[in-house]
Amino acid sequence: MTSLRRRLFLLLISATAAIWICAVGWIYFANRAELEHVLDTRLQEAARMVHSMVASSNLETGHAAAAMAADFTYSRQLSCQVWSLSGRLLARSGGAPEGSLAEEAEGFSDRLINGEAWRVYTVVDPVHGVRVAVGDRIGLRTRLVRDLIVGLVGPALLTVPLLGLLIWVSLGRGLAPLRRIAGEIAARNGDDVSPVAGKDAPDEVRPLVEALNGLFAKVETARRHEKEMTAFAAHELRTPLAGLKTQAQVALAAKEEQVRDGALRQIIASVDRASRLVRQLLALARLEALPEVEHDGRELNLGSLVREVAASLSLRREIAVQVDGSLDGLTVRMDRDSLYLVIRNLHENAVEHVSPPGHVAWSALPHGAGVVIEDDGPGIPEDELAEVTRRFFRGRFRSGAGSGLGLAIADLAARRLGAQLAFSNRADAPGLRVEVRFPMVADAVEQTSSPLVE
Amino acid sequence: MRILVVEDDPVLADGLKVGLGLMGSTVDVVFTAADARAALSANRFDAVVLDRMLPDGAGLDILSALRRQGDMTPVLLLTALDETPDRIAGLDAGADDYLGKPFDLDELAARLRAIVRRREGRASPVLAVAGIVLDPATSMVTVGGKAVSLSRREFAVLSALMEWPGAIRSRTELEDRLYGWQEEVESNAVEVHIHNLRAKVGRAAIETVRGLGYRLRTEP
Repeated sequence: MTSLRRRLFLLLISATAAIWICAVGWIYFANRAELEHVLDTRLQEAARMVHSMVASSNLETGHAAAAMAADFTYSRQLSCQVWSLSGRLLARSGGAPEGSLAEEAEGFSDRLINGEAWRVYTVVDPVHGVRVAVGDRIGLRTRLVRDLIVGLVGPALLTVPLLGLLIWVSLGRGLAPLRRIAGEIAARNGDDVSPVAGKDAPDEVRPLVEALNGLFAKVETARRHEKEMTAFAAHELRTPLAGLKTQAQVALAAKEEQVRDGALRQIIASVDRASRLVRQLLALARLEALPEVEHDGRELNLGSLVREVAASLSLRREIAVQVDGSLDGLTVRMDRDSLYLVIRNLHENAVEHVSPPGHVAWSALPHGAGVVIEDDGPGIPEDELAEVTRRFFRGRFRSGAGSGLGLAIADLAARRLGAQLAFSNRADAPGLRVEVRFPMVADAVEQTSSPLVE
Repeated sequence: MRILVVEDDPVLADGLKVGLGLMGSTVDVVFTAADARAALSANRFDAVVLDRMLPDGAGLDILSALRRQGDMTPVLLLTALDETPDRIAGLDAGADDYLGKPFDLDELAARLRAIVRRREGRASPVLAVAGIVLDPATSMVTVGGKAVSLSRREFAVLSALMEWPGAIRSRTELEDRLYGWQEEVESNAVEVHIHNLRAKVGRAAIETVRGLGYRLRTEP
């Protein structure tokens, strides 16, 4: 059952009906016993009275029975017979049956006379030689009880639907805050994730509203990030295209050879940049496609790996790259491709931000806990340090050639290795310092010799 | 036209500088929002080409600040974000026009001419004063119906004089129109261009107002 209102209604109405039925049953049983007792007492009293009239006043027995019939208002219900001990009917009241009500023994008895059930009280008087029997039709008694029950159930049958209506309407009003909140949320368009107004919501609903608002806030943050990402990506992807197109049009329009050559050179530079962007996007896609790395167990020497990276990139600019001897003593077992991506992208980032003649220096962290790269570029503004690994994010100190993906790739690749990147500005001089902290696994890091620890 | 290009991508910025230059405009390029603010407060430009995403801030912030100061310089927003809500936000921030990347250089130039024309309150795309007709779109100039051939700088001086016929243009103003920041200006450059122009469009067409500058004669 999905409707809270219907569910509550059925619960309440069933509970009400059940209570009513119990009450009626209880009243019925309690009152029936009481009624039996009262009516039995009446029978007994009537029998004793008739007997005393017969015995004490020496009235004619026929007169006594007739007097009783005349005197008692409930005579229609009560029937009286006076018998001689020898078994002759001396007298009977108007409504009394032909058959004998009387029992041999004194006291109550139930009898069936002409198919009708009777409740009888018999008084036996051996002194006067009479037997007095006063009886009640049980049918009458039952009708009395039935009337009582009808009196109880009748109003109930009338009031329960009324009560049901009241309950239904009250539930509707009681559940109105829920409906209002639901309506408010239903009426929103997909973009609206502003908080739901839950101030006037009942205590039971408020946790739901708060949970909803919490969810809305998370969705909003995620969407803002997504939007920023899209904006950065659009900028980084479309701007080089705009540059290419513009330069191509310049080359077409230029009459002077010098201008045309300049434009063509710019086109080549731009295509190089675009190629690098494509390479980085592919690297990112590959990293994401294989989040779990199974390293082949080969040992990698950091010194030779860093030198390999530096050699592949140093042709581009006149930047001095220093690889500290401590790295040659550092050997790790890790996925080579991922570690290469970390080192290459950190190296590329450093080289791009250093203006010639600048320095980029690689060394090992103490105890072989990782590697560190320092450059003497402008560093990263403190407020941007947390953002640099976001895709397509390019800070205020951006280089001309970047696209905001290099550090994102380095970070993703490092995380695949279980390593951590720590970005900070150098304390001793302007420049960026990035630490690659290797995971603290016993077999991941092993120091064959430790030139640093001396 | 003297145009300020605010664009952080070096290749695109260079393309705009050279390309718009080929069409007769003088172009200055800045790469950051801070430099753009400095350039806009120090110089008068006929139009600004503004990238929306700059390394040190949003192009829209520069635009809003400019409009708050009451600066009417026509601004064309260049952006990688060209969805409708982005365009609306750009135009509502005070942009005169909006162009998504990548774009056509000729279209950019035409849009720049259009927003400059609107700002000057001209209906006709062609400038015509006292028998001289100048078409900024084709860089064609005719005098009395006959085509004359002008150098890029001569064309720029004539455009400046024809934009407000009868108004005096000082030598500094004309120098600003002709030369970007990086260009060396010879002290008598404007005089030389005026001299050559007079030879081509008629000696009487350009008046020298002593001590103030030059003016285009509105009566033939």
